[in-house]
Amino acid sequence: MNQNVVVIGGGPAGIEASRKLRDLGYTPILIESQPALGGKLTRWDRLFPDGVEARAILDPMLQDLDGIKYFTDTEVLSINRLKDTWVVKLSNGLSAQVRAILLTTGFDLFKAEKKEEYGYGIYERVITNADLEDWYKSGAPLQFDNVHTIGFVHCVGSRDEKAGNRQCSKVCCVTAVKQACEFKEKYPDATVYCFYMDLRMFGRKFEDLYLKAQKDYGIRFVRGRVSEVSEDIDGHLFVKAEDTLFGKPLKIKMDLLVLMAGMAPAASSASLARMAGITTGEDGFLVPRSIVGDACRASREGIFLAGAVTGPKTLPETLGEAASAALAIDQFLKTPVKQ
Amino acid sequence: MIYQGKQRIWSEYQKEIPTDHWFYVRSCIRQSFFPASEKTFLEILRDRLGKDIYETPSHTTCGGIAYHSEAIPQETMMTIIARQFALMTEAGYENYVCSCITSFGLYSEVIEDWREFPELEAKIRENLWKATKREFKIPTYLAHASDLVYKFRNEIAEQAKFRLVNQQTGKPLRVVEHIGCHYAKMFPSKGVGGAEYPYVLAGMVESWGGEVIDYPERRHCCGFGFRQYLVKANRGYSVSNTHKKFESMEPFEPDMIITNCPGCPYFLDRWQYVIAEQTGKTYGKDGYGIPVFTYEEVAGLVLGYDPWDLGLQTHQVAVEPLLDKMGIPYNPEDKYKGVDGKQLQRPEFPMNIKCC
Repeated sequence: MNQNVVVIGGGPAGIEASRKLRDLGYTPILIESQPALGGKLTRWDRLFPDGVEARAILDPMLQDLDGIKYFTDTEVLSINRLKDTWVVKLSNGLSAQVRAILLTTGFDLFKAEKKEEYGYGIYERVITNADLEDWYKSGAPLQFDNVHTIGFVHCVGSRDEKAGNRQCSKVCCVTAVKQACEFKEKYPDATVYCFYMDLRMFGRKFEDLYLKAQKDYGIRFVRGRVSEVSEDIDGHLFVKAEDTLFGKPLKIKMDLLVLMAGMAPAASSASLARMAGITTGEDGFLVPRSIVGDACRASREGIFLAGAVTGPKTLPETLGEAASAALAIDQFLKTPVKQ
Repeated sequence: MIYQGKQRIWSEYQKEIPTDHWFYVRSCIRQSFFPASEKTFLEILRDRLGKDIYETPSHTTCGGIAYHSEAIPQETMMTIIARQFALMTEAGYENYVCSCITSFGLYSEVIEDWREFPELEAKIRENLWKATKREFKIPTYLAHASDLVYKFRNEIAEQAKFRLVNQQTGKPLRVVEHIGCHYAKMFPSKGVGGAEYPYVLAGMVESWGGEVIDYPERRHCCGFGFRQYLVKANRGYSVSNTHKKFESMEPFEPDMIITNCPGCPYFLDRWQYVIAEQTGKTYGKDGYGIPVFTYEEVAGLVLGYDPWDLGLQTHQVAVEPLLDKMGIPYNPEDKYKGVDGKQLQRPEFPMNIKCC
């Protein structure tokens, strides 16, 4: 068979779909704009809900790329329709003519500095979930001394109309709980707060982790938004929030504040959508033919979608959708071209 | 604090401020509270910088205090503002600058409301025509007077006789900048530097040699807050807000406070006396308070105006320690003389806050 399929985006969805397409007898051409494959998963230390190491998932995928042509540090310059095929031009000078393209460009992490009141990029002790994960992964000592009190702010650029991100990022609630528990493992004496709007523990074992966080780790969950963050003369943080269950304002001195930055549409998705002439939703994510029944096909024939390119997803959902997209492409390519 | 982080935000909130030809409206209360500030603003703009600033005695209040106190309805307030705009239109101006932060917030709100609801603008135009037979254009540019001083901060620095530098130590003065809530909190894009880390006063302080203090309650209300003070029963709440700010800024040992709102300098200044009477505590060195200034007063000091011509003798907190730090000469004997040179009555000094 050996028919080429272009897969754009070398994160978990792109790698998994490429492997499945290869197993089905195709030659995937996997395009990644970054210097290495793996996407944002390369930055993650451990995964919810069981704390399995991210590399335990990613490394076997990266070691199983035989039969997949992949190009890193490579941009897509153009996508053009030529009769019943697509011509994809790449920044490395190559081009491919294929019947099917799979877009797996994922998401961008919401730029936490846009929520100016939280002071990311202004106060050194304000970091993001990704920064914390970097630190967990590095195994290095924390760069700040005397960390006794730490807060996690849920829904930063998620379910936030003013920030232009109305959708729920889905994974932040359980990620915050996971990261809070991990912090307590490293600093058992620390007081850890989670400021949440509501906790969406929808997945299997998520609720268990949430209960464990309360019972075994003593994480303090506060239902309320943080209103502003500032710095005292010693460089520690003053965090103002409201506890809506008690109906009281709070002002807490903290040593570290972690912003749970949500998922925003990938900037590259919009430009690829324009090149391919497919639909981008009002929320910036790409639109499949049907969210329920036809989630992997885009509005134009031969363009397929998988993973967070169509909206926030967990890693298992992303991997599952990548496999579904490979099957949908297989079915499409087995269908003879209408003359 | 990562200064570059603030610079990045400041770069995103730069408003266009034309360099000349402004229609100026005064504040209702500033001439009572800080009598020379508006006069100094006009003098600096006209005489020092050669700008065309027009004002008319026909202008009135914007209705802000009555509106925010729910004493007048929105339509009435809007019609008052429409009349102000009509005066600007009749005078042949398109750039509107106001002295008051409440007015600035209200003008911004009204223009935005009319943009969002054109039928409301049409109704107000009809109201104004029926009442006064006037018509108006919406200003092309709306600025607060502090925006203009910010715009010309470097020109003022070039003419400076004194800088915000401690002459004894050579170090920059540590300055608390307090921004009126209605400047940018409602419409961040309308303020220089945005709402969270405004640059309008910080820019002046930096240009004139000072150092801005970022303290935890920097964003908190001065204590005026309309109903906190206008409703007599709430005045304890007003002073407690001010107290919270001073407790928060105290460890940073500020030399002075600069403000851009009519209410803020008044409350930050006068409540220091009340706090001292109630608690015995003062926040400056050696029993003094922390002097509080309007941005026009600070610009005047930098340019070498006589402190008493700037009306600094009407402040509750003594300004002399700050004048000494900056090396500004002054004659204590002239402090309470009227414009005719005759000695006025000297005020009685309070018990717990040191005055000169």
